[in-house]
Amino acid sequence: MSNFDASRRRVLKTGAIAGAGVALPTIFTASSAAAFTNEPTGGSVTLGFNVPQTGPYADEGADELRAYELAVEHLNGGGDGGMMNTFSSKALQGNGILGKKVEYVTGDTQTKSDAARASAKSMIEKDGAVMITGGSSSGVAIAVQGLCQEAGVIFMAGLTHSNDTTGKDKKANGFRHFFNGYMSGAALAPVLKNLYGTDRVAYHLTADYTWGWTQEESIAAATEALGWQTVNKVRTPLAATDFSSYIAPVLNSGADVLVLNHYGGNMVNSLTNAVQFGLREKVVNGKNFEIVVPLYSRLMAKGAGENVKGIHGSTNWHWTLQDEGSKAFVKSFGTKYGFPPSQAAHTCYVQTLLYADAVERAGSFNPCAVAEALEGFEFDGMGNGPTLYRAEDHQCFKDVLVVRGKENPTSEFDLLEVVEVTPRAQVEYAPDHPMFAGGNLGSCNPGA
Amino acid sequence: MDAILLQILNGLDKGSAYALIALGLTLIFGTLGVVNFAHGALFMIGAFCAVTLQRILNLSFEFVDETQTDFLGNPLKVKTPYVEAWFGPDIGGSIIDWAVPLAILFAIPIMIGVGYVMERGLIKHFYKRPHADQILVTFGLAIVLQEVVKYFYGANPIQTPAPDTLNGVVNLGAAIGMDIVYPVWRVVYFFFAVLIIGGIFCFLQFTTFGMVVRAGMADRETVGLLGINIDRRFTIMFGIAAAVAGLAGVMYTPINSPNYHMGMDFLVLSFVVVVVGGMGSLPGAVLAGFLLGVLESFASMNEVKSLLPGIDQIIIYVVAIIILLTRPRGLMGRKGVMEE
Repeated sequence: MSNFDASRRRVLKTGAIAGAGVALPTIFTASSAAAFTNEPTGGSVTLGFNVPQTGPYADEGADELRAYELAVEHLNGGGDGGMMNTFSSKALQGNGILGKKVEYVTGDTQTKSDAARASAKSMIEKDGAVMITGGSSSGVAIAVQGLCQEAGVIFMAGLTHSNDTTGKDKKANGFRHFFNGYMSGAALAPVLKNLYGTDRVAYHLTADYTWGWTQEESIAAATEALGWQTVNKVRTPLAATDFSSYIAPVLNSGADVLVLNHYGGNMVNSLTNAVQFGLREKVVNGKNFEIVVPLYSRLMAKGAGENVKGIHGSTNWHWTLQDEGSKAFVKSFGTKYGFPPSQAAHTCYVQTLLYADAVERAGSFNPCAVAEALEGFEFDGMGNGPTLYRAEDHQCFKDVLVVRGKENPTSEFDLLEVVEVTPRAQVEYAPDHPMFAGGNLGSCNPGA
Repeated sequence: MDAILLQILNGLDKGSAYALIALGLTLIFGTLGVVNFAHGALFMIGAFCAVTLQRILNLSFEFVDETQTDFLGNPLKVKTPYVEAWFGPDIGGSIIDWAVPLAILFAIPIMIGVGYVMERGLIKHFYKRPHADQILVTFGLAIVLQEVVKYFYGANPIQTPAPDTLNGVVNLGAAIGMDIVYPVWRVVYFFFAVLIIGGIFCFLQFTTFGMVVRAGMADRETVGLLGINIDRRFTIMFGIAAAVAGLAGVMYTPINSPNYHMGMDFLVLSFVVVVVGGMGSLPGAVLAGFLLGVLESFASMNEVKSLLPGIDQIIIYVVAIIILLTRPRGLMGRKGVMEE
């Protein structure tokens, strides 16, 4: 027994020394590996695409996913390179990111904040995603942005239009390329003034959640600055399907403009109901009654069919733009999938390239280095003219499109026409603008 | 006054959809004793019958027009519907334009078939199981059906317009010197619902088949002892209830563009309607449908919302609570139903 005890002690001592010896190098490498969350160590890097694959925005999510797959193909040197050829930064070489092959995992946001957080968490913790991107809802974007901030990964927002995403809920690890409610108001107001004059009475129907509230505030402020009156702002439940009981009071309200702060299925139904009730044929206060849809989506406009004809709104990007970047993207996307991309696809594709480019310029996947590379970054060739990723709130500033439902579409994709490209200077605002107040960007979190 | 009349009309119109769906639910519950949570899915399938017929009528052949280009700059493939090629642009165009009313004929056999398969294939195995089991299996079935529809038709709403001639508005108050402008199709929907509801009541009241079904609803065991195969008749009633829900869906498509989730949107409301009307009571379901539709419309009025913010979102449930507290069997519920 004593022999065995002595032997055991020796084994333990030897084991401890050997273990420490073996662990010593890894302690140092571990400390460097733990510098930030999910540092890629092999020959590949994993990105997390968090899009609605089920639920009401599943079609928009599918288009986002197509754009991400295209972006990954281009980053890895496949296809025709798309916007990498027109992008003003030439850091991307088509050999992955920092020489690592780009791989991806996908999550399903279901357009529910809790589900979106769960899928993002899973991609970060289980799949080792170093960046999360995607989504079709501001509620989801804000929720996932918060999670990424805590986890120490970069969040490149997808389609999110609420002022709050880069306003009171902004985060140092979060970046938004898409435009916002304030920009829609600033772009639309001059066009509305030219079309409908300064003596108008507006009635707002608004989806009752963060995006609807901020858009309503933005559009009302922009139109009231023109001299318009706002006669009523009515909040409608997000789950509403038949808006007829909300439309009927508009008829006798004295309003001559109806502003529909609705998106997706809400927009399709409220616009259809408004047209059914003959609002567009109505004459009020001696003027033709008008309807405005501040945030347009081609995918959703399709659901409203002929009802969108002649109705004005704004959009982040449209496939008919004739700049080199847009043409390159439409060609790549259209050749691969057989139809033109949506604005959601565009913003997701651009976000992926912008992230990859920032990593290349920073020389590191460290979120803080990437954030530093993105902050204040000026670029061009991505479809929206010269663009700035503002350092103060991580919001992109670029031209905004005012569009109108096309009277004589030539195809099922040809639903909107660009009325005006509103220059970037017209939609800019101060970082401490009251509509964006209350938040704190904080400092970047590398995690680990 | 105009605004109040408009909301009454609007409520009757909303109530038409609630009443039609609730009528089918009550028929199934009253005959088979099954709580069918897949009934909303039947409404949705009916709507997609209209979408399907519209797509069938729009089936096209392509020819390449070298003078035009597509978005990639390639020669444009121009589509011409076969119907227009066969019958000429005018008649063919009119047939396509009337896709939704034509879908009524298309949907009836499909919905009866779907109802028959659903009842014989799945639901009959749950007759003697607790209501909780029935709810779980039918709710699961509803989810499967909506996912199948989403797979084939996508998640976005699909525009299915009414015929051009029924697309405008009509001033219903012109005769009495008032300005009550209302969409023509919604008026059509209301009268269609009244016609279907009247037809179902006449069928049950004035036919031998209906008499047996009513007797079976009152006392299934005794009807069985008389040598009548009540199960077969109840299966047919399930098919009829499915057809009623389906027709409600077909005619609803021009009001709101159908999507795969529309059945779920109506399901909970319809159950509230059935419970408020009284479980198993057909007149109760119809009455409650119209009543809740009108109340929901009034609750959306700005004057009401300014007094009671948020009332439009909860009015139906508030009314349900009040009615069930004062009349536990619902408005027209019969003693003994769901009380064993």
